[in-house]
Amino acid sequence: MLSALLIVFREVIEAGLIVGIVLAATQGVPRRGRAVSGGVAAGVLGACLVAAFAGELAALFQGNGQELFNASILLLAVTMLTWHNVWMASHGREMALELKAAGHEVVTGKRTLAALGVVVGVAVLREGSEVVLFLYGIAAQGGTSNAALLAGGALGLVAGAAVSALMYFGLLTIPAGRLFQVTSGLITLLAAGMAAQAVLFLQNGGYINAMTGTVWNTSWLLKEDSIPGRLLHTLVGYVEAPDGAQILAYLGTILAILLLMRVAGKPAPRPRAQPAE
Amino acid sequence: MKRILLLSGFMLAAVPAAADGPIAVTLQNHKFAPAEIHVKANAPSIIALTNKDATAEEFDSTALKVEKVVAGNSTGNVRIRALAPGRYPFMGEYHPGTAQGVVVAE
Repeated sequence: MLSALLIVFREVIEAGLIVGIVLAATQGVPRRGRAVSGGVAAGVLGACLVAAFAGELAALFQGNGQELFNASILLLAVTMLTWHNVWMASHGREMALELKAAGHEVVTGKRTLAALGVVVGVAVLREGSEVVLFLYGIAAQGGTSNAALLAGGALGLVAGAAVSALMYFGLLTIPAGRLFQVTSGLITLLAAGMAAQAVLFLQNGGYINAMTGTVWNTSWLLKEDSIPGRLLHTLVGYVEAPDGAQILAYLGTILAILLLMRVAGKPAPRPRAQPAE
Repeated sequence: MKRILLLSGFMLAAVPAAADGPIAVTLQNHKFAPAEIHVKANAPSIIALTNKDATAEEFDSTALKVEKVVAGNSTGNVRIRALAPGRYPFMGEYHPGTAQGVVVAE
């Protein structure tokens, strides 16, 4: 029962933390509930499909289907997170100036809610498919321990959801003015961690063969498999022994997002229309 | 001396080294066989994991940087990167109580 609780808990917080950040980033946006719950529902459905067709998926692309699929959906999420941040940088400021907070939130909601819904969907799909496979395995085995294991799974779900809620409400204690700065920082690190994870899948599929040597190892300080290690892995992409390609992807993503945000955040060039501030 | 080296070279050639082809590993009753897999250090290798159980298992190892689901009654290739000499534990994530193993790079 404990093992079921732990595995479900782990997967649920990994997806839940991402949902928590997305919820905080869309604080006050009307109809965000629909995008987020739509993302969760699509993710759960996708997770069941991926679990049901795990064998077929793996067999694609000379046996690399699983790796390519994981890398693709991670990179999709990275793109969506980047787009959200860049859009916020380009419009957040002028909206805040011109329309005040309410207007800003309405417009933001329209534009990037769908993107964040996709991110939620990807997170739930990735972690959810593992939960589905695990629980299906239990159910298929039968036996008397079945009920206990499923109860453990349910407890894990509740505990994982509670931690995620804690994350969300914790973020909400940040004053509204700073909240979006904090969430955009979190989203940047989230995207960087996902990009590094995508690189790992591409390496395991044999598509990236350069820079696979471990650069440093901090497992003595924090084990990636521990619960704090897992949380940091999900939140900021903590890896105990990263290789060169992973580090490059991580830093490159942060750099690219910051650069795009800076470019997008600049007011549109209107020659001679405005004196320099 | 030279002859011995040559001879050992031939012997190495006769026994397929890890990098030459996939290493067959079987999972049955949620146990890996062999549970200790020897590979050549500093060279990539492939584990062909055949899951003889009815349900899926995830080959999971933080040390090896691998997570790969192998469906029930099927085979999946797990790519092992070039490793520094050492022991790298792995497990079946869905049955960590029994499905434990280690890759030894030497």
